[in-house]
Formats: sequence, structure tokens, C-alpha cells
Amino acid sequence: MGIDWATLAAIAVVAAAAAVTVVLLVAFAIVGFSAPSGRRIDGLGDGGVSGARAAAVLCLVAAGLIVGYGLYLILA
Amino acid sequence: MDVTLMVVVVVVTALIFDFTNGFHDTANAMATSIATGAFRPKTAVAIAACLNLTGAFLSVEVAKTISGGLVDETLINPVVVFAGLVGAILWNLVTWFLGLPSSSSHALFGGLIGATWVAGGIGAINFNAVLNKIVLPAVLAPVVAALIAVTATYLAFRVSARAEPGRVSRGFQLGQRVSASMLALAHGTNDAQKTMGVITLTLITAGMLAPGSAPPFWVVLSAGMAIGLGTYMGGWRIIRTLGRRVSDIHPTQGFSAETTSAAVILSSTHLGLPLSTTQVCTGSIFGAGAGRRMAAVHWGVAGRIVLAWSFTLPSAAVVGAAASWLAETGAVGVAVVAVTGAALASGIYVVSRRNAVTAANVNDIPQPSADLAADLAA
Repeated sequence: MGIDWATLAAIAVVAAAAAVTVVLLVAFAIVGFSAPSGRRIDGLGDGGVSGARAAAVLCLVAAGLIVGYGLYLILA
Repeated sequence: MDVTLMVVVVVVTALIFDFTNGFHDTANAMATSIATGAFRPKTAVAIAACLNLTGAFLSVEVAKTISGGLVDETLINPVVVFAGLVGAILWNLVTWFLGLPSSSSHALFGGLIGATWVAGGIGAINFNAVLNKIVLPAVLAPVVAALIAVTATYLAFRVSARAEPGRVSRGFQLGQRVSASMLALAHGTNDAQKTMGVITLTLITAGMLAPGSAPPFWVVLSAGMAIGLGTYMGGWRIIRTLGRRVSDIHPTQGFSAETTSAAVILSSTHLGLPLSTTQVCTGSIFGAGAGRRMAAVHWGVAGRIVLAWSFTLPSAAVVGAAASWLAETGAVGVAVVAVTGAALASGIYVVSRRNAVTAANVNDIPQPSADLAADLAA
């Protein structure tokens, strides 16, 4: 009996994809919510701030869905 | 020795092991959250305790074997299980005293290997399974977790560098509350089940429960309570090591480490190659530390932890073997093992009070070498 290298590789790939995606989504959300209200920000027009906030909300929702799937795996 | 009395002794010892498992592993989920201020120390352990208890009720699937094929299962009887548990408990206490995270599962397997060795000779040990199920995963799990955490942390710092630092800290602290809670829940579903399995299989072996039975409610409740209570006790020495001695952990690193740990643990469990929670979480925390700046990580601490991991199996095995040798002589032998084990555990606790780590001082700036020297001298 040897170690199941294929399964180990699958674990590494799935975990890396999930972890990096969630961390990046939360990081982007924080950047989006950091957009200062009431004035223009770098590279964004007048509607940039609200756009950044909307994108931040989307990022959080996406991260929430992945976390929710993780919760489902724990509970299932 | 009367079978019923021996089963009672095993159940009590298993619950004590579950308790040590709880306080030994609180750090896995909560160390970085406490270090970054995402949770107050007492709040963190209370949440972890509740989620561990909840997790115990969510997953009651009993393992088919106690050792997972590491030893000849036909030789495992209540005396062997008792001796194995004693070895695991004492190793858990020694590593807790030194503030070193180590796998409670590996300690249990080590204890069982030693006890079975005495009961059935060297032929009763499946060394191939030990290599493939314990040794190689113990090497690979922290490395995989660390590599993922390094990547996640580096990218998180790069992306969030554009945002206001205060908001970044607060944002990731909020994230840590979710990620730490998920880890604590996952821990409850995995580790409380381990003790339930030991107790249920012992009851089946003694003929008190039909083969294939689910754990009775009192087993689920007592295992959940034991691990929950242990978790609430905090295991502050290990929390301090992982939260403050590895690196100066920023909320970005704490969130990356916890998210990585949760992702690795959940994917490994569901892809059929369960990895040690402790080793995954420790690897993630070191990876997250290195993801910001390699030089900021105290690699000497990593060396001590790796040393503890390499001694876990053999040390617990030696104690398990000695306990088995004594316990197999009869009721007096079991009593001697129980009293000696209790005396050693009490001694470790008393010595630990001379240099106590509590919720009040868990976040104090550490001086690793001085603290360790004080621990050893005490």
C-alpha cells in the first residue's frame, strides 16, 4: 500500500483554489469598501465609488457562497 | 479483571483524553484570532467550545476500526485501549506544557501501537500503514498548507495595499470571526467523533452494544461535553505559541491562515485522505507568516514543533507499551497505571502553574528562548 498521490494532489489543488479565491474576494471587497465616499478615486469616474462598493458586495456574496458550501460539507 | 469495570475505566479515560484533545486543539482555530484581536481570548474559547459541542452532534458516524488498520485489530481489547489512551493523554500534557502543538490523533495511534506491541509482539504492527497513514501525511500536510497560505497571504497583502490600513485590519478581523468559527465546527465534527468511536467500539467489543450500532446518546453527549469543556479551558500555552511566537500576525495573515486550514481540512476529509488538523493549521500559520516576510517568522519555533511531531508517535508508544505491560497483569496493574498517570498529569499541571499562561497574558510579547528555559527549569 502506498500513499495516494493523486488524491493528495487533488486536495492541494482544490484547497489552493478555494482558499486563494476566498482570500482574494475578501481582499477585493475590503478595497471596494475602502473607496472614499463623496470624491473621485484613482481611475474611477463619478460613479466609481458606488461601482466599487457594488463590486465589493458582489465579492462578499461570492465568498459567502464558497463559505456556505464549506459549511454544507461540514454539516452533510 | 471484571469486564464491566474495565469498560467503565476505558470510558472515563477516553473522556479525559477527549478533554485534553479539546484544550490542546483550541489553538488550531483560535490562536491567530486571539493574537490579532478578532476575538477577545475568553470569547474565542467560549465560541470554540460551543461549536465543538455542536460539531459533536452533527457527525456521529463511528469509525469501523479503532486504529484505522495500523495494528492487528483482533488484539485490541479494553486493556490495550486503556493503555493507549494513557500514552496519548500524557503526551498531550507534555506537549501542552511545552506549548507545542501536536496531533492528538497521532498520540492516540502511538499509544495504541505501543500497547498492541506488548500484547501481540512486533508482528501486530502494520509498519507499512504507519508510514503511509501517519508519517508521510505528517510531512506533507503542513507543507501543502504552508505553500497555499504563503500564496494566499502574499496576494491578500498585494491587493489590500491600495486600501486604508485601518479598514484592512477591521475587514480581515471580521473575516477571521467566520473562518475561525468554521475551523472550530469542523474540529468538533472530526475530533469528538474520534472519542465516540473509541467508546462505542469498546462497548461493542465487550458485548454491551450490538455490532454496527450507532453511538448511544450518552456517548455523544459526554464526548461533546468533554471536548467542549477542554476547548473552553483554552490551552493558552499553545495558543501563545501559534498566535505570538510564530510571527507578528496581522489580521490579513490570520484570515489567510484560517481560510487555508479550513479549505485543506474540508477538501482532505471529503476526498478521502483525512489530514491532521493540528499539522494543517500549524503549517498554515507558518505559511501566512512567511507570506508577509520570510525573515519575520521565528523558524526556531518551527524546529521545536517539528521535533515534537517526530517524537509524538514513539513517545506515546513507549508510555502505551509500559501502561499495557502493567495493566495486563490484572486489576492491580490497571490501578497502578491509573494512579501513576494521574500523579504524572497532576505533576505537570502543578509545575505549569509556576509559569502560568492564561487569558490575561496570552498575548504578551514573547521571548521564546527565555520562556522555554523557564518552563524547563520550573
